[in-house]
Amino acid sequence: MRGRTFFLYTALAFGLAFLYGPILSLVIYSFNASELVTVWAGFSTRWYGELLRDRQVLSAAWLSVRIAVVVATIAVTLGTLAGMALARHGRFLGRTFFTGLITGPLVMPDVIIGISLLLLFVTLAEAIGWPASRGMNTIIIAHATFCMAYVAVVVQSRLSGVDRSMEEAAMDLGARPVKVFFTITLPLIAPALIAGWLLSFTLSLDDLVIASFVSGPGSSTLPMVIFSKVRLGVEPTVNALATIIVGIVTFAVVVSGVLMHRAEKRRQADIQNAMREAGY
Amino acid sequence: MPETLRARPEKHQPWLDASLRPYIHIDAVTKQFGEFRAVDRTTLEIHRGELFCLLGASGCGKTTLLRMLAGFEHPTSGRILIDGQDMTGVPAYDRPVNMMFQNYALFPHMSVEQNVAYGLKQDGVRKPELKQRVGEALEMVQLGPWAKRKPHQLSGGQRQRVALARSLVKRPKVLLLDEPLAALDKKLRERTQFELMNIQEELGVTFVVVTHDQEEAMTLSTRMAVMERGQVVQVGTPSEIYEFPATRFTADFIGSINLIEGRVKRVEAAGVLVAAPQLGCDLEVTGATQVREGQSVCVAIRPEKIAVAPNAEGAGPEEGAPNAVRGGARNSVRGTVRDVAYLGDSSVFRVDVGEGFLIEVTQPNLLRSLERKVDWDDAVVLTWRADAGLILTE
Repeated sequence: MRGRTFFLYTALAFGLAFLYGPILSLVIYSFNASELVTVWAGFSTRWYGELLRDRQVLSAAWLSVRIAVVVATIAVTLGTLAGMALARHGRFLGRTFFTGLITGPLVMPDVIIGISLLLLFVTLAEAIGWPASRGMNTIIIAHATFCMAYVAVVVQSRLSGVDRSMEEAAMDLGARPVKVFFTITLPLIAPALIAGWLLSFTLSLDDLVIASFVSGPGSSTLPMVIFSKVRLGVEPTVNALATIIVGIVTFAVVVSGVLMHRAEKRRQADIQNAMREAGY
Repeated sequence: MPETLRARPEKHQPWLDASLRPYIHIDAVTKQFGEFRAVDRTTLEIHRGELFCLLGASGCGKTTLLRMLAGFEHPTSGRILIDGQDMTGVPAYDRPVNMMFQNYALFPHMSVEQNVAYGLKQDGVRKPELKQRVGEALEMVQLGPWAKRKPHQLSGGQRQRVALARSLVKRPKVLLLDEPLAALDKKLRERTQFELMNIQEELGVTFVVVTHDQEEAMTLSTRMAVMERGQVVQVGTPSEIYEFPATRFTADFIGSINLIEGRVKRVEAAGVLVAAPQLGCDLEVTGATQVREGQSVCVAIRPEKIAVAPNAEGAGPEEGAPNAVRGGARNSVRGTVRDVAYLGDSSVFRVDVGEGFLIEVTQPNLLRSLERKVDWDDAVVLTWRADAGLILTE
């Protein structure tokens, strides 16, 4: 028994170290005073200051955030429509084909998506003169394409958990299908929409490969800038930047976790109260 | 229909008046799901103000029929008329019917009040009237104090009442109820049954109820339709269906019944004599039934219509009829008690009348007594009146 517990704790420690060790060392080295990334020379916040003066990194970060917001919004809109079609419209001609098309981008290598979209944009530019140049617009289109697939899957699975009879009840009470969608379906799948939006936002912010293919001069996203910096040798500013991103993500995860926990607790208490009042 | 049930002219029985047009007319409706025929050429006429039950085991097509009335499914062939209006091609949101769903289908993100108001809002009812009508509906189901609650803050019984208020607030011509009481516990179900009946009587709305619970159907309905494999087997008032089932299926499905196989021996003026080899004697059945001599039939007798008494000393077997009581009247059978179930208000006896053929007998416990007049392994005599039995040919 004792040996077993020891084994479990060791396994846990190794697992955590494997997952979070690199991130921890990155955070520690971001406070390194030395110019050499791997040599510790005392505590300093110097690289954070450098980072704030780095125009290139800041503009790339701002571009990435703008792209991610637009992409997430487009992807949620299109993905919800696709998810609705898959979950609610029963069997229609080409349903299987459509399902395949939707899930395709999930399993397709990024390189192939990137190349094919680049080819599409080049051909389109020659044929109809649009897009005249590649940049933010083409990155948004490319990201929205594959993010939409993720949203569709998330929305579809949430919809299959929503009782159909609620939508039928609304229709029975006189609401037309569009009204039913906005007053009943949408509020019920709102958690999936939020999750899909956040997922798309992260995927877009994170993407390097596809963006590299479809971006043009002067429109480098944050991952592209970091990657090019690292190729010329790792700079301590990259560590600082990464630490900030890790901090933001951790904060968001903790806050959402606490909020969800509280909501669930309140719900449980409500149910208990209702049961008690009913005399169970 | 039997003469005895046609009495009481003061009772509201619109289905007997041939001059009245039925309010809901289901006309030869068939619904096909791929290879499966859920509803098979069903024709039903339901009158205004009725509380009509569709009764059947699961998968008999009753819910599909209800969903076609609501407009969620469309008949493969045939048509449905409500108040003389053909419903073919009319979508659910334009029909003058409302439905109460089995799981209630309350909107979880809206309060009780908003749930009830939803239907009125779709009709563009203005604020003051809206408020008043929602208030009235909640008053009717005694949920006024819970108006601001969300559905998950309510008990099962309260949710059921919200669903009822929500489906009645639009004053539909027809209210469809899908297993309205199935999710409630026994005590609450009994109370709610009467509430439903009172509300229906008060508002005069035509109710169509789908249920698999025969007791529920018997209590609630003015008339009911027994369904089996997509078809209506019998339509009638609860007492018609209970006392005069048309087929073995209906007889067996509603309540318990003893089905005794036999062959018609003689057709007399008053009734028929049926030879029943399982009982080893002849049974006399009165009442009009079209049978000929030699036809194989089934004699159906309800357990409560049989009397059980201890076998008096000296009664012995008769020549050629080993189970008949000597010199006794017809419809008298000797047997041995195999099982006694004490239910408080009544007792159920299972009596072996030879070769393990069991007859079920129910006796009300009229006297307060701890001792049983008839107990396990007692020799008994079962008797019933000639008009207690019923001959079934199908």
